[in-house]
Amino acid sequence: MAEKPKANVEVKNLATRIFKPIIPEAEGRNMVIAGLIIVITILLMAVLADVIAPYNPTKFAGKPLSPPSLQNPMGTDNLGRDILSRVIFGSRIVLVVVFSAAMVSMSIGVPIGLISGYFGGKLDRAISMVMDSMYAFPSLILAIAIAAVLGPSVVNAVVAISVVYVPTYFRMVRGQTLSLKSRLFVEAARAAGAGNTRIMSKYIFPNLVTTAIVVFSLSIADAILTEAGLSFLGFIVTAPTPDWGFDLSSGRPYLPSGYWWMITFPGFMVMLLALGFALIGEGLSEVYAPGRER
Amino acid sequence: MMVAESLASNNKVLKIRNLSTHYFSRRGVLKAVDRVSMDLRKQEFIGIVGESGCGKSTLAFSIMRLIQPPGKIVEGEILFNGKDLLKLKDEEMRRVRGKEIGMVFQDPMTSLDPLEKIGDQIVETIQMHEDVDKKEALEKAMKLLESVGLPGDRVNYYPHQLSGGQRQRVMIALAIALNPTLLIADEPTTALDVIVQEKIMEILEKMKREGRSIILITHDFSLAAEKSDRILIMYAGWIVEMGDSMKLVAEPLHPYTKGLIESVPDIWLARKIKTMPGFPPDLINPPPGCKFHPRCPKAKEICKREEPPLIEVNGRLVKCWLYE
Amino acid sequence: MASLKAYIATRALLVIPTVIILLTLVFFILRILPGDPIASMVGQKVPPEVLERLREEAGLNKPIYIQYFEYLFNIIHGNFGRSMIWGKRPVIAEIMDRFPATLELTIFGFILSVLIGVFTGSIAAFKRNSKLDASMRIYSIIAYSLFIPWFGMVLQMIFGVYLKILPIAGRITPGVEPERITTLYVLDSILTLNFQALSSSLIHLFLPSLTLGIVLSGAYTRLVRNNLIDILSQDFITAYRARGVKDRKIALHAMKNAFIPVITLMGLQFAILLAGAVLTETTFSWPGMGTFLLERIQYRDYNSVQGAIVFYALFVALISLIVDVIYALIDPRVRY
Repeated sequence: MAEKPKANVEVKNLATRIFKPIIPEAEGRNMVIAGLIIVITILLMAVLADVIAPYNPTKFAGKPLSPPSLQNPMGTDNLGRDILSRVIFGSRIVLVVVFSAAMVSMSIGVPIGLISGYFGGKLDRAISMVMDSMYAFPSLILAIAIAAVLGPSVVNAVVAISVVYVPTYFRMVRGQTLSLKSRLFVEAARAAGAGNTRIMSKYIFPNLVTTAIVVFSLSIADAILTEAGLSFLGFIVTAPTPDWGFDLSSGRPYLPSGYWWMITFPGFMVMLLALGFALIGEGLSEVYAPGRER
Repeated sequence: MMVAESLASNNKVLKIRNLSTHYFSRRGVLKAVDRVSMDLRKQEFIGIVGESGCGKSTLAFSIMRLIQPPGKIVEGEILFNGKDLLKLKDEEMRRVRGKEIGMVFQDPMTSLDPLEKIGDQIVETIQMHEDVDKKEALEKAMKLLESVGLPGDRVNYYPHQLSGGQRQRVMIALAIALNPTLLIADEPTTALDVIVQEKIMEILEKMKREGRSIILITHDFSLAAEKSDRILIMYAGWIVEMGDSMKLVAEPLHPYTKGLIESVPDIWLARKIKTMPGFPPDLINPPPGCKFHPRCPKAKEICKREEPPLIEVNGRLVKCWLYE
Repeated sequence: MASLKAYIATRALLVIPTVIILLTLVFFILRILPGDPIASMVGQKVPPEVLERLREEAGLNKPIYIQYFEYLFNIIHGNFGRSMIWGKRPVIAEIMDRFPATLELTIFGFILSVLIGVFTGSIAAFKRNSKLDASMRIYSIIAYSLFIPWFGMVLQMIFGVYLKILPIAGRITPGVEPERITTLYVLDSILTLNFQALSSSLIHLFLPSLTLGIVLSGAYTRLVRNNLIDILSQDFITAYRARGVKDRKIALHAMKNAFIPVITLMGLQFAILLAGAVLTETTFSWPGMGTFLLERIQYRDYNSVQGAIVFYALFVALISLIVDVIYALIDPRVRY
């Protein structure tokens, strides 16, 4: 009995010990912590899905279309599968797709942005024009076009989403590089004889990191919605694989008959995950740029 | 002589008594204006001089009742032509602003709405206070611009098409659009170059000749000495010295005033410029006694303990223990 | 005003490279990306002869650069090819059947998002640091995170299934369509004074445009709030007050100034709006461009798919031009 509160205190201390040094005391901090809690919970859910899910997400687990009950806390779908288990397993594909896509678009967008912004000139203007045009094009429609050509699959979804978010990273890095390269410490490094590669890697890149984290969180939030959209439209998985967007579309025909639980839970999870990353991004942008907000 | 004096006392446009304006922050209370009293006569040009942060702008904004939270006027009276501005309702005060008191701001680059034509901004100001139609107001706007030395057709210009000096002329035209009896100019020339500065000051002097009273807020002691009838020296929210400009320059009483005069470069006298030691105090935790004592070359024991009284010396007022 | 015309002309010229880049991008995706678009669309089960015939029809057997120039040439001449299914109608005619529905939906969604965003953002800014401000900021971030199909379905469930007061699918009650003038039902029914059609099309528009409007309003809330706070602290606002201008008028001046960055956002938001419309159309069985695109992907109608995407690209470029012109009309600093 006496053990329990102590454990709680320790968890709380641990949380402050982890977050405090990373996130300075500032306005947006609560938002960041709320976002981190949401994201970490869903990450754990995805990792531990096999352990925590009460049923096999693709197998019959109760009378079809039964409302939430003790046996099936989120009810069952039209094939009698447990929605809670599908929601838990459904977190896996979206996280894998979105993170892999973010890695790919970053590893393309960041170096191109760095080089383009640093060297400037005609090359920069040409690249920027292409990137700006891509950026102006509706991202989901671009992703649909790519996914339609490549065919529906998880890997192709990663390709489609990566392409869509390259301009986001490019624009951020290029803009930052432009403003950083004329700063005094970069001038000083150049005067001291540092080469272009060294200036980019040692002086400019490290100063991009805070902005990059903010843009990363916000574009992940956006990418989650794009992934869910593609999945909803049938461009990522096929039955019986659980994925939130896809499950939402399977629930759609049952909506007019009032089976609310088939759509409520998977769609809510999409929002929650996107909200988690949006909170982290928004919060961090307030923490790091306190002048603008207050 | 007696008659002239009594006339003068009846001619007071502005009478400020015991005015305090404080800013409330997390660190504590900042007394930006601390129990200030002053008078302004009709057609008088007064200069309020002090370092930045001494409270001179807060004093000007307090007269206009333009203090925004976290700032607040906490006590005092501002009698303007006999009525206490602090007791007016918001709507009544709005009608005083612009109509009876005009104000010119420090930075002409940011003090005009970038999206409205000069003429429209003047017309709107006129129509706020007078029931005239747009055509009439526009004609008046053109005349106003001419009176501050701008061609009348500038009514069709947007602020970004004008230079800083031209914009400050527009600001003055806006401030006098309704012929107010009092004009407050808050550092009107700080953001401008020297030649333009002289032109703007000429316009202000013209405004005085036309019968208005002028309050010039400035950190530039020599400018105030040259243009104003009377000078008021502020330090850390207090008025530390007040009196006739000529006398004040010739024989400064307060050690701070002396320091200010010595720090003004003078091309005629080959004297060494002395910079004043120390910094203006932290107004949230001001020094006890006289707020100037840590920087004062003549500080006595009592200065560290007790606030000095305002003493009259040769027709001037000085807040200093030296004259007790 | 001559300078305004010159400005618009320059902007219009600058749209040309953007259009060419977008068209090239579409070409690249549809024809150069690894994977055979025809094969992946048709699937594996089709005999090679049929595949070959389809490729021939789509002009995919010619050298790539010839394909590219043919493609550009055709688009410049308004030739989007013919649909590969059914009546083989010109793709542009099919698009013109569906596009007005999307335009109607996006215009209403757009208006709602700006109204909601400006309203909530202004409240937040004028009541800065109050509880109201905090809740508007939470609103903005939640609205931004909403998943359109889910939010749409939640609204359908509440208003359509339980309260039964609003339709959950379609553009208008079948049989009451107004006489066709612009194919924008709301506009056509006003023009022909057909109030039955007007009310039917408005109640059908309500939920889909509200879904889009709320989801897209979040970005405006945030931007309007931050801009307005910034503007309200500027010298010219104090100067207005010092001249005795009424608070209400000052608020209008402040909002006009705060609106300038909002116009820039509108351009970017319009792309998001079009993407959102694809999901909204699917959710509400709305017969627009989005459902057209998806349907033709399913029917493996390659020419229609390419036509639809090219059309989106042209539309995006047009919107960016319009946004630039509006910008110049409001902000005198741009046009002089």
